[in-house]
Amino acid sequence: MDGYIIGTIIKAVLILLILSALAGFGTYLERKVLAFMQRRLGPYHVGPYGLLQILADGIKLFTKEDFIPAGANRIIFMIAPAITAATAFIALAAVPLLPEFTIFGIKVRPIVSDLNIGLLFVIAMMGVGLYGPLLAGMAQENKWGLLGSARTAVQFLSYEVVTGLSILAPIMMVGSLSLIDFNNYQAGGISHWIIWKQPLAFILFLISGYAETNRTPFDLLEHEAEIISGYATEYSGLRWGMFFIGEYTNMITIGFLASLIFLGGFNPLGFIPGGIAIILKVSFFFFLMLWIRAAWPHIRPDQLMWLCWKVLMPLAVLNILITGIVMMV
Amino acid sequence: MTHIVTEHPYFGAFVLFALTAIAFPATLVLQRFISRKLARLDTEKLKLAIYECGPEPNKQANSISVQFYLFALLFILFDVEIVFMFPWAIDFKPLGVFGFVEMILFIVLLAIGFIYAWVKGALEWHSIK
Repeated sequence: MDGYIIGTIIKAVLILLILSALAGFGTYLERKVLAFMQRRLGPYHVGPYGLLQILADGIKLFTKEDFIPAGANRIIFMIAPAITAATAFIALAAVPLLPEFTIFGIKVRPIVSDLNIGLLFVIAMMGVGLYGPLLAGMAQENKWGLLGSARTAVQFLSYEVVTGLSILAPIMMVGSLSLIDFNNYQAGGISHWIIWKQPLAFILFLISGYAETNRTPFDLLEHEAEIISGYATEYSGLRWGMFFIGEYTNMITIGFLASLIFLGGFNPLGFIPGGIAIILKVSFFFFLMLWIRAAWPHIRPDQLMWLCWKVLMPLAVLNILITGIVMMV
Repeated sequence: MTHIVTEHPYFGAFVLFALTAIAFPATLVLQRFISRKLARLDTEKLKLAIYECGPEPNKQANSISVQFYLFALLFILFDVEIVFMFPWAIDFKPLGVFGFVEMILFIVLLAIGFIYAWVKGALEWHSIK
């Protein structure tokens, strides 16, 4: 039992450290990939290929003036970024990141807490992440901030419905909410992946995942041309940076969820071992998000609502009914 | 990977919660300390004012469109539906045809409400002037 407690604490600390570093590296990757897609060079001054840009940005964020606007609710203004970052990391607790492996003779299971309702826990925690932008926008007494937080509430709540409905069809097939069971269900090669049986659910999940991580086609919370910077208008320094750590961690979580539910998780892929396979899949989803950011313009708020309630939600319900009928026959 | 039944499955989630609840605010406090030492704290009145258009803004009532509340209400309706459907989806195979027909009836009942909201125009974004 002691080994279990110590192991869990070590795993939690490692996840916190590695994924914050990865989220920082994600910002560098995003700038570099977007730059190459627009025939620019991107960051290249600091270090080889600009790789130390993250470090420079970190130092800059730490030494910025600690600015709180007059009239803001100071306490809520200060803790709101921490809520975003914290919920993004807590969501990762129920995600099995890699297959089991042995190191120094100790068997390691790379999942912090093996919940039987893992998927529901992850979705719920990402839903709680809504409170970060919402409170941030409402605490700063700014019209743009208030508009941003209202848009946050509407967008996250609406797409929460689509996320829930789109994963229901795979859950019906697997009969469990644990992501480990999802992974085991798809053991045995590419032909066993759920995406072949649920292509519609996969597309719906990806779209609503983009909306929930606030990626570009649905990047309305901080739409520069309309509402300055939305909920982050008055933020600067590390508080602003913490929103980004949360956002990039959420992107990685969505990548893990999509590859675990639909793309076979960490089962070995031909000659590729499972651990490398899932890292490749998550990297692909991360790259897809950057690609879509480069390729697609923003959409309008009314188009966002139209897409969610009039297109995606009826499609998701239809997908559940078709899945049910096919499984019954 | 197989499941291991432990006494406290939520222990890991709690550890992560405690860690993040301490680490991120602590980082923010550290940043506050460092920036107080290094950055000049400018307390000019206009600079501390909220970001708007340049002159010092006068106090106005901040209000948002009622349209946002409408969508929040719709969310409550449909999220309760999903909460009800999760246990059903897990036990889909054991429940069999009976459970499926029951769920179709439930979805039809909700669809009536959904179509009513659609026809009434609750899903459109009205520009209220």
